[in-house]
Parts: sequence; structure tokens; C-alpha cells
Amino acid sequence: MATLSSPSFSVIDYLAEERGKDLFRFSTAGSVDDGKSTLIGRLLYDTQSVYEDQVRAIEGKGTTVPGQIDFALLTDGLRAEREQGITIDVAYRFFSTARRKFIIADTPGHEQYTRNMATGASTADAAVVLIDASKGVLEQSLRHAYIASLLGVRHIVVAINKMDLIGYAEQQFRSIEHDFSLLLNRIAQDTGNPVDCVFVPVSALAGDNIVHRSSAMNWYAGQSLLEVLESLPPSRNSRLDPFRFPVQRVIRPSHTFRGFAGQIASGTVTVGDFITVLPSGKTAQVTRIVTFDGDLESARSPLSVTLVLDREIDISRGDLIVAAGSQATVARNLDAALVWMDLRPLQRNRRYLLKHTSQTVPAVITAVNHRTHVGTLQHEAATTLELNGIGEIALHLMRPIAVDLYRHNRNTGAFILVDPETNSTVAAGMIHAIHDSTAQGKPLHGSSGPLTAEERSARWGHRGGVLDLKAPEDLVDLIERDLLLHGFIAVRINADDPSPSSDHSLLDAVVQRVVDAGLIALIAHQPDSDEITAHSGSYTTALAADSPAQAIAAVHELLRRAEIAVNTQKAGLQ
Amino acid sequence: MPVTQIAAQSLPVPIPVPSSHEHLSHLRLLEAESIHILREVASEFERPVMLYSVGKDSSVMLRLAQKAFYPAPIPFPLLHVDTGFKFAEMLSFRDEMARSVGAELLVWRNESAIAAGTNPIALDTRRCCGLLKTQALLDALRHYKFDAAFGGARRDEEKSRAKERIYSFRDSAGQWDPKNQRPELWNLYNARVHPGESIRVFPLSNWTEMDVWQYIHEEKIPVVDLYFAKERPMYVRGEALLPIEQAFVAHRDEMPQMVRSRLRSLGCSPCTGAIRSDADSIPAIISELLSFRNSERANRAIDHDQEGSMEIKKREGYF
Ligand SMILES: Nc1nc2c(ncn2[C@@H]2O[C@H](COP(=O)(O)OP(=O)(O)O)[C@@H](O)[C@H]2O)c(=O)[nH]1
Ligand SMILES: [Mg+2]
Repeated sequence: MATLSSPSFSVIDYLAEERGKDLFRFSTAGSVDDGKSTLIGRLLYDTQSVYEDQVRAIEGKGTTVPGQIDFALLTDGLRAEREQGITIDVAYRFFSTARRKFIIADTPGHEQYTRNMATGASTADAAVVLIDASKGVLEQSLRHAYIASLLGVRHIVVAINKMDLIGYAEQQFRSIEHDFSLLLNRIAQDTGNPVDCVFVPVSALAGDNIVHRSSAMNWYAGQSLLEVLESLPPSRNSRLDPFRFPVQRVIRPSHTFRGFAGQIASGTVTVGDFITVLPSGKTAQVTRIVTFDGDLESARSPLSVTLVLDREIDISRGDLIVAAGSQATVARNLDAALVWMDLRPLQRNRRYLLKHTSQTVPAVITAVNHRTHVGTLQHEAATTLELNGIGEIALHLMRPIAVDLYRHNRNTGAFILVDPETNSTVAAGMIHAIHDSTAQGKPLHGSSGPLTAEERSARWGHRGGVLDLKAPEDLVDLIERDLLLHGFIAVRINADDPSPSSDHSLLDAVVQRVVDAGLIALIAHQPDSDEITAHSGSYTTALAADSPAQAIAAVHELLRRAEIAVNTQKAGLQ
Repeated sequence: MPVTQIAAQSLPVPIPVPSSHEHLSHLRLLEAESIHILREVASEFERPVMLYSVGKDSSVMLRLAQKAFYPAPIPFPLLHVDTGFKFAEMLSFRDEMARSVGAELLVWRNESAIAAGTNPIALDTRRCCGLLKTQALLDALRHYKFDAAFGGARRDEEKSRAKERIYSFRDSAGQWDPKNQRPELWNLYNARVHPGESIRVFPLSNWTEMDVWQYIHEEKIPVVDLYFAKERPMYVRGEALLPIEQAFVAHRDEMPQMVRSRLRSLGCSPCTGAIRSDADSIPAIISELLSFRNSERANRAIDHDQEGSMEIKKREGYF
């Protein structure tokens, strides 16, 4: 990086360099007095990210020996925090290096402020967990690591601080490293999210291995804390993930323009892509990607854009636009990990408001599957969760929404719960399992006698019917696989096989049984010309030979028209 | 530290058009986040308003609002709280900006306090701000029944601002309770309030002063001329440069001098000092910023009147 003092400093070069920087968010937490605030103050100070007047304002104050700046005072922003010498709420700090812009969420270590720790971890790419080398692993470090992992933070950087107090001894560092690695493994197993960890021995007060590598610990060959943070990949959803776009707003300035505004939650969208709108299941093609700065050919997560589609379909705020070939699941019954954040404990069967992407749905917690004791990672039987409690629950939504599992998507797999009386945000949730793939969440209780078509479709999530494909075998394979992924149960019958289906009456009888059972009879024929078609009910559609994604989208549309696929939204609102 | 050389001042810089294969710069990422916030608020609240204070942060926020709803117009009004001590250039710039973006502009003044001669010299700055800014703001929000108000504050400005949520809940008296803020996870914002309560929204929370200037540069966003250095009449008191505007009380025998100077942050004229500077373009301001050893609020009298003064003002309802 050109520095100001070099005579060749050029602001134009500087700005070009700035444009090459990305943004990296990390959270920090640890037990009280582990030195977290000092560490952050040190990172800011050593990267020249604090101004002199801010340093002057804290000189001679705080708890350090005279002459030494108490860096913690740079970050503890509330009066109560300075008076009590503890961190109560998240403070956000900013600094940049030649490679990156950083946002730190400095979070409290106290158990009673766990919810603020979760706030900081929810958007973090990495978590820096502090351990006081003279004290070893305390529950707070464990708690932070657990919450970071639960919230899908992949990279955990363990800074073992106050190495100066133990004479920079390698042995103690290694033993903490060993113990905490084992704990991190168990945490990763419990949360189901993989954890990558790095251990760095530091002294925040003296500045060892914070920004610069320290000569006091020659036995340590690794990177300084800042070097580690500069080289970690961000853990956000990548552009290679399936396209997800929660609609925030319909933009309609005139009769000639109708666009859907939102922020791309994951993946990439390109003009010409086929998309499906959930939960309605309607399909369309993207004709424009509109921004104030001009139309784009293609856009990726996390840009905020406005999509224009090729046909008038009913779309409103809260709908999820997805790639036609890889859809999210529309569901009303979910299992989720929950962090409870309110003084009033969780109440089963009480109505909460669930906010997921850009929509809010009433929901009830039908069961607490277990409570996790973070100190021991034991699962305990429980009927409620109290403030700062963590556990797994079963949820029932009043109307179906389109979701992904949290481990697949940090945006479309997350939700918060709001108490409709107090309006407090009472819980943060991460979807772990989806129990129904359709809107038909109604229990099938009390029935006897022969099964009805309604009961079957409630169970399968679709109606019975015939899907006739004249298509090459590999395309039929793709379509069959896609149907399976979307919860359709199809029985494939290759019509060209010599026996026994060459007997037409037998074939017809088999097909009829399949349809009566509420399943899809997927009949595959070799195409006799290069025309590839799908036929169902009284509808026939030509399939694009060169684009499997388009062909699959067309099949979905066909199943809807033939009323094999159920219109999930309507069903859910009944 | 003087900047030794500033290269070609205003070379046109192409705005990078993001495509799926390119790296997204931090400004694009911040922009995307802010636009998401603006759209959420416009969609979830009944009567949102944007506090427009004419400064650089407001200018960026206004551009982001244009982007968020394009090609539709900005779907909420702008509100300027005029203390009567704003620089004349700020007021004309304000009117021109509102006109050019096609937004409705509301101006609110605490007329009774202004008529009573409230000023920061007679009162202390804290009580003056309390009447002319905080009280005026709360009155305006109540009068128009706004349930959400955007502000251009950034977390990097000051220690208590670093603690703000993006959606900052205010009770029916407009007060902030920093020890009891709503948890705010992912980009899921809780917009629920009871009647009379409101939310202050900070779409620029994660921007730094440098980000703001870089964005202004890349997007060619107009800013008030007061930010650019030129010869201006100033009263010089030690290190301080006091601009001559309304209500300035000169000492006996004190004479203004012409000083090449500019304002780093815009506030009320009696409480905003200028700095000596040669920075007469955005790139020059950016290189000057790189050389600064003091934060942008160091020249603002109001933040220093008491330890933790910003927190106290914010608790009372200040932005
Ligand atoms: N000896 C030593 N003391 C430290 C170090 N880091 C922090 N401290 C001291 O530990 C105490 C707690 O630090 P603080 O940053 O407030 O901890 P926090 O509660 O985790 O934010 C303060 O007195 C610090 O000066 C270190 O690396 N070595
Ligand atoms: Mg602290």
C-alpha cells in the first residue's frame, strides 16, 4: 500500500486499491477480563484506526498501570460499561488493512447477555474466542464457541491471551489448544455445523502476535491474529449456491413497469433464467435485472436488485423467488435450534410471530425436543426455555412458507420469533429439519374406512396423475430426480421396454393403479422425431432440448396446470 | 502530517458494474445492505420519514434511497430539523437536492425556543441542542405521526453510536434504553411497535467516514460547498477557526481573517469549527482524511461538554 509519507502517494491509486478490498465480519467474545476489549483496542491502535483525540480522551483513565493506555476504554461505549468495567451490549468497530475492511462485533461474555453474543455472531464470517492463558478454558469461551457454531460461523480463531503472565510458555498454550480442540469437535458434532479452528498465542496488552508476529514466542511458527483474519475466506452464501431472492417490495411506478425488489440471499441470477415463485409455485422467466445504475446481465448474492419477469403472475412481499431447477421447500412443520432471548420463558402452544426473510407468519411451538446444557453439551428433557436457554423445538406455522435448512442457507434457514403482546424479539431460530413438503400440514386423525383421494394427496403433497414424456433417457433421469427432490412420488414406466408393458391393456391397468394411489405415473417414450414433449391431462408442452433447467421448469408448470401439483398457498390458507 | 502530493485531481473513475464473476467491493456490499434496510422500512412501517441533515452522510443516504426504489420515486418524505443556526449554504443546497430527487421536503423548527433567543452561548450546548434539535425532532415526529425515522448516523462516529442497532427502538417519549435493546440477528429486523413508540433506523450503520467519501467520489454525489477548501472569513482563536454566520458573538477588537479552510462535518454554525485545509476536491478530501490524526467530531463542541455526552443526548431522544 502506498503510504502518505511516500512522495509518490497518489489518491487515484489509493482509491483503485480500495476497490479491490472485500468486507469481513468477525465477532469476539470471552469471559469477563479475558482481555477482549484490550485486544480490540490493540487491533485498532496498531492498524492506525483510532484518532488521537480518541486516545487522548482515555489517557490516564481505566485500570492499567500509569503510563499504559487502557485500550479497553476505546471500545466500552456505554457509561454503565465504563463504570462497571464490563461489556453489556455489542459494539461495532471498524478497521481496514491493505487487503480487507473489517467489521468487528465486540460482544459481551456474561451469560446474561448471551442474546447480544448471538446478535454479534449472526452476521459474522469468523469468531475470535478469547481464553485467558493463566486461567484456562472457562464456560464463557465455550459458550461463545458454541453459539458461533450454532449460528453457522465456520471459522473459529482461538486467541490464547495474557501469554505474558505465564512467561510465554509453550506448554500451557499446547495444553489449552489440545483441550479446546476436543471441545470444538464436540461442539461441531452437536450443532451439526463444521468448525475450522486456528489457535494463536497472544498478549493483547503487550501487542504480541496481534498485528505483528512476536519475537517473545519463537516456538510459534504460525500467523499473527491479524494475518489469520486477513486470509480467512468469508463464510457467506456463495454465488454457486441455488438462487434465492426474497421479495421485499413490488415496485410499480406506472402501468408499464412492474418489478420485484429484494436482496439476493444466495446464488446468481441471469437474464433469461427460469424462476419459480414460492409458495404459489408459478414459473416465469427473468427479462430484466434493474438497478439505478443501469440494467445488469447477471447479478449475485448479496446485491440488492429489482427483477422484471416475462409474465404477469401474482407476487407480493414475502414470496421467495428461486431457481426453477432447485427449489426451496414449502412447509408448515419445522424443527429448529432456538436461542431464547426474553425474560418471559418460552410457552408451548402460544402464538408467536415468526419473521423469516421478508415475511411474518403466526407460529406455535408445539414441543421442546430438548434443551442443551452448553457447559456439558448434554441434552436435557425440557418443556420450556428460559432467558439465554438453547435447545431444539418443533414449530407449527399458520401458513406454509418456503424455507431451506440453515446449514444450507444462512438467510432462508433463519428466523426470529416476536412476542405479539410485548413486541419483543424473543428468540432466534435456525431450521434443522423440515417435516412436510407441502402445505397440507393437517393431521389425518379420526378417519376410518377406505382412503380418499384427499387423504392421499394430503400425505403425498400432490395428486395422482400421468406424466407422459417423449424425451431422451438422460433428460427423463434428470426430471425423475428433480421430482424426487421436490417431494413428488413418481413411478417410472419405460413404455418402449419389450415386456410386460408391450401389452397395452396391462400397461394401462398398472398406470391406473399408480394414479389411484395418488402417485405420478412417469411414462417415458423414446422420441420418434427430435421433438421432445411432456404431456399430462389435456396439456402438452414442448421441452427445450438444450436446456435441462428450462425443461424441468416446464414440467413443473405442466404438473400445476394438470392440477397434479397442489397450489400450496391456497391450500394453506383454507 | 502534510500530504506531499496529490495526483491528477478529478480523473473520471468508472463505476464498477458488478457481474456474477467479479469480486464485489466493500462499497457494493455496504450499498446492498443499506438498500435492503431502506426497502424493509418502507414496506413495514406505515409512516416512515428520512431525516435529512444536508451533510455528507445524508447525501449518501438520499442516493441510496433513490437506488432502493428506482424506477419509482422515494416513497417517504424528507425532514429537516432547522435550528435557525444552519449555514445559509446548507439551506439552499437542501432545497435544491429535494427538488432534484423529487422528494417531499418537510422543515421543522422549534419556533418558540428560537423566538425566545435560545443559543449555545447563553445556554450551554447541551440545553441548546435539547431544545433546538431534540425537542424539535420529537415534536415533528409526533406532529406527523411518523413511526420510523431514518438517520444517517454511523457506528464509527462515536462510542455510544457503536452500540446502536440498525433498528433502534424508542419509547413513546422518544427515549433510547441502551441497556435493553432488542436483539438483532441476521438481516431480520423487528419492526413491531405499539402506538406512540417508534424506531430510528440507521441504514449507514456499517459505513465509515472513509467509505462515505469514497462512495460520494465513485457515485459523483453532490455535497455542500462548505466541505471544500476556499478562502473564508474566520475568527481565529488559538487552534480554532470560527466561521462567521448568524449569532456569532465576536470578542471586543476581534477581527475576522481570510483563511483557506473547510468544514469537516456540518452542524450549527456556532458549534462547528472549520479546519485549515487545501482540500478542494473529493480526492483531496480523501487524502486529507488519510492524514488526519483526529476524529471528525473533534471540531464539534457538542460532543465534549460532558463525558458520555452523546449517550445522554441519545437517551433523551437525540439522533
Ligand atoms: N497481563 C496482561 N493483562 C491483560 C492482557 N489483556 C488484557 N489484560 C488486562 O486484563 C483486564 C481485563 O481486560 P479487558 O480488555 O477489559 O477484558 P474484557 O472483560 O474481556 O473486555 C484489564 O486489566 C487488562 O489490562 C494481556 O495480554 N496481558
Ligand atoms: Mg470488555
